[in-house]
Amino acid sequence: EKTKENFFSKLGKAVVGKSTVDEEVLDELEEILITSDVGVETTIKIIERIEARVAKDKYLNASELNKILREEIAGLLSENNTKDLDSFELPKVDGPYVLLVVGVNGVGKTTTIGKLAAQLKGLGKNVVLGAADTFRAAAVDQLIMWGERVGVPVISKGMNTDPASVAFDAAKYGVDHNADVVIIDTAGRLHTKVNLMSELTKIKKVIQRFIPDAPHDVLLVLDGSTGQNAFIQAQEFTKATDVTALAITKLDGTAKGGVVIGISDQFKIPVKYIGVGEKVEDLQVFNKVEFVDSFFKK
Amino acid sequence: MFDNLSVKLDRAFKTLKGQGNITEINVAATVKEIRRALIDADVNYKVAKEVTDSIKEKALGRDVLIAVSPGQLLTKIVAEELTILMGETNVPINLTGNPNIILISGLQGSGKTTFSGKLANQFKKQGRTVLLAACDVYRPAAIDQLKVLGEQIGVEVYTEPDEKNPLKIAKNAVKYAKEHGKKSLIIDTAGRLAVDEAMMDEIAGIKKEIQPSETLFVVDAMTGQDAVNTAAAFNQRLDFDGVVLTKLDGDTRGGAALSVRKEVSKPIKYISTGEKMDAIDLFHPDRMAKRILGMGDVLSLVEKA
Ligand SMILES: Nc1nc2c(ncn2[C@@H]2O[C@H](COP(=O)(O)OP(=O)(O)OP(=O)(O)O)[C@@H](O)[C@H]2O)c(=O)[nH]1
Ligand SMILES: Nc1nc2c(ncn2[C@@H]2O[C@H](COP(=O)(O)OP(=O)(O)OP(=O)(O)O)[C@@H](O)[C@H]2O)c(=O)[nH]1
Ligand SMILES: [Mg+2]
Ligand SMILES: [Mg+2]
Repeated sequence: EKTKENFFSKLGKAVVGKSTVDEEVLDELEEILITSDVGVETTIKIIERIEARVAKDKYLNASELNKILREEIAGLLSENNTKDLDSFELPKVDGPYVLLVVGVNGVGKTTTIGKLAAQLKGLGKNVVLGAADTFRAAAVDQLIMWGERVGVPVISKGMNTDPASVAFDAAKYGVDHNADVVIIDTAGRLHTKVNLMSELTKIKKVIQRFIPDAPHDVLLVLDGSTGQNAFIQAQEFTKATDVTALAITKLDGTAKGGVVIGISDQFKIPVKYIGVGEKVEDLQVFNKVEFVDSFFKK
Repeated sequence: MFDNLSVKLDRAFKTLKGQGNITEINVAATVKEIRRALIDADVNYKVAKEVTDSIKEKALGRDVLIAVSPGQLLTKIVAEELTILMGETNVPINLTGNPNIILISGLQGSGKTTFSGKLANQFKKQGRTVLLAACDVYRPAAIDQLKVLGEQIGVEVYTEPDEKNPLKIAKNAVKYAKEHGKKSLIIDTAGRLAVDEAMMDEIAGIKKEIQPSETLFVVDAMTGQDAVNTAAAFNQRLDFDGVVLTKLDGDTRGGAALSVRKEVSKPIKYISTGEKMDAIDLFHPDRMAKRILGMGDVLSLVEKA
C-alpha cells in the first residue's frame, strides 16, 4: 500500500522546477481523487487545472504546490459560493427561519435534524421540529425521541397523515409560539419516484401559503458513502425543491464524500454541515480545506 | 452524463475501420473508455483496473464481426465478464438448523431493518413460522420500526425494550424461537461503521455465540468507492455468507455489486427494490452487469448478429 501522507512530498519532488507534472504523480492524484468518489469528470477537471498552473507558474516550491492543489480543489467547492460557515448561527429573517430537509432513503435526515436542533438550541434559539415523514415505519417516533433528547417540541399528526399538512402545522406553531427556527423532516424518497418528488414541491408550496419567503433553506442530505448517484440526487431534488444547502453525513467512516465537489461546482450549492457520528454533538459546519485534506489522509 | 457504453466504444474504435480483429493498439483507447464507464458506475478504481486488464486479454484477437459494431462486440465481452465476476448462478440462503438463524449486518441506513421485514414476509409466505428479533438498542425508535413492520406482515417480533445488551437479546430470542417452535429467526442489528471497533466486536460476539446458519451483509446499491473497504472489514470480522443489495429501485448503476463481490468473493443473494414488504428479489448477475454498463438491448443485438 502506498502511503497517501507522502503524496504531497512526492508531488513536490516530481514537479518543482519543471513545467509539467509527471505521469506517475498525476496517476496517483487521479487514484486519490477517484477513490474519494470525486468522479472521473471532476477529477479530469482538477488535473487539468493543476497542469495549467504548473505550466504557468513553474519553479514553484513544494509547499506552494501543496497549496495550489488544495486551492484548486477547494476552488471547485466554492466558486460563486458563500464562505464556509463559522458557526451554526442562521441568518436573521422575519418570523421563524424555516428549514426543509430532504433526501433519499436512509441518508441521515432525521439524525441531522436532531443534531442541528441541539446546536441551535445551544445558541439559545427556540426550535420546533415538524414530523412530516408520516410514511416510514416509526419515523414519527424517531423524531419525537430526538425532540425529547434535545429538549425541543415536535409537531406531529401521527403516521400516515398528510405530510404537507404537518409541515403547515409546524410552521404555524412556529409563528404562534415565536419560534426562531422550524425544521421539517420529510420521508426519504428516491429522486426517480415522480409522485414522491411532487409531494415535496407541494409541501414547499403549503408552507409558503403561510410564510411567503419560507422555506429559507432547503437542505439536501447526502450520505457521504454515496457514489456518483449523489450527482443525480442533487439535480433532481433541486428541480423539485430548489435545494439551497447540502449536508454530508457519515464522514466518520472511511468514505470521503468527494462527489460533493462536482455537485457544488455544477449546481453552486454550498455544503453547510457534515455529520460525523450518531451522537447529538456529531454535527459540524463544513470546512472546505479540512474536507479536501481528508482525501490525502489514510 | 452516462452515454451508452457501446456508443463510446464505437467512437474509441473509429480508428479500427478496415481492421479485422481487435489488436493491442486499437484496444487501448477502448479499455480506457470501459474503465471510465465502470468508475462512473461506482465500480471501485482498483477493481475497474483489474477487470479491464482481464477484458483486454479476452478481447485480443477476437474477430470483429461485420454485422455489428466493434463497440457492441466489446460491450458484450465486458458484460459477459462482469456476469461471471458477479457469480453466474444464484446461490440460495442456508436454511439449516432449528430454528435457522439469519443474522443481518451492515452500515447505518443501508436497509437492514426493512430487509429483515421483507425476508420474514417471504418466509411466512413460504409457510415457515418466523420470529424477528430487535437487537438494535441504539437508534431511536429502531425497535418500534421493526415492530411496525412485524405487524404489517403479521410476524411476531421479539423485543426487550429495557435490555441494553444486544447479545443477551439475541440469545433470548433464540431460546424463545425454540420454545415457540419457530422455523426461522431473523436478527436485525444496529447499523455500524467498520472502523468502530467496539461495535464490530459486538456483532462478531453475537455471531460467535448464536452460530447463525446465514449471516448477511446489507449494502446500499448507491454506495461509491468505499464499498470495498466496508465489505472487506465486515467480512474479516464476520465472515458473512452473502450480500444483500438494497435500493435498486432507483437509477444507481450499482457498481458496488461488482466491487463487493470481487473484494470478498461472497455471493449476492438478494436485492431490495423498494420500501414495501414485497420489494425483495433474487440477485441476477446478468441483469446487474447490464445495469452497471447502462446497456439496454445491446446484448440481444449482438446475439442476433
Ligand atoms: N456513523 C454515522 N451514522 C449516521 C450519521 N448520520 C446518521 N447516521 C445513522 O444513519 C442511520 C439513518 O439515519 P436517519 O437519520 O434515520 O436517516 P433518514 O435520512 O432520516 O432515513 P429515512 O427517514 O428512513 O429516509 C441511523 O442509524 C443514524 O444513526 C453520521 O453522521 N454518522
Ligand atoms: N427506495 C428504497 N428504500 C429502501 C429500500 N430498503 C430500505 N429502504 C429505505 O431506506 C431507509 C433506511 O432503511 P432501514 O431499513 O431503516 O435501514 P437500516 O439499515 O435498518 O438503518 P439503521 O438501523 O439506522 O442502520 C428507510 O427509509 C427505508 O424505507 C429499498 O430497497 N428501496
Ligand atoms: Mg428520517
Ligand atoms: Mg435498522
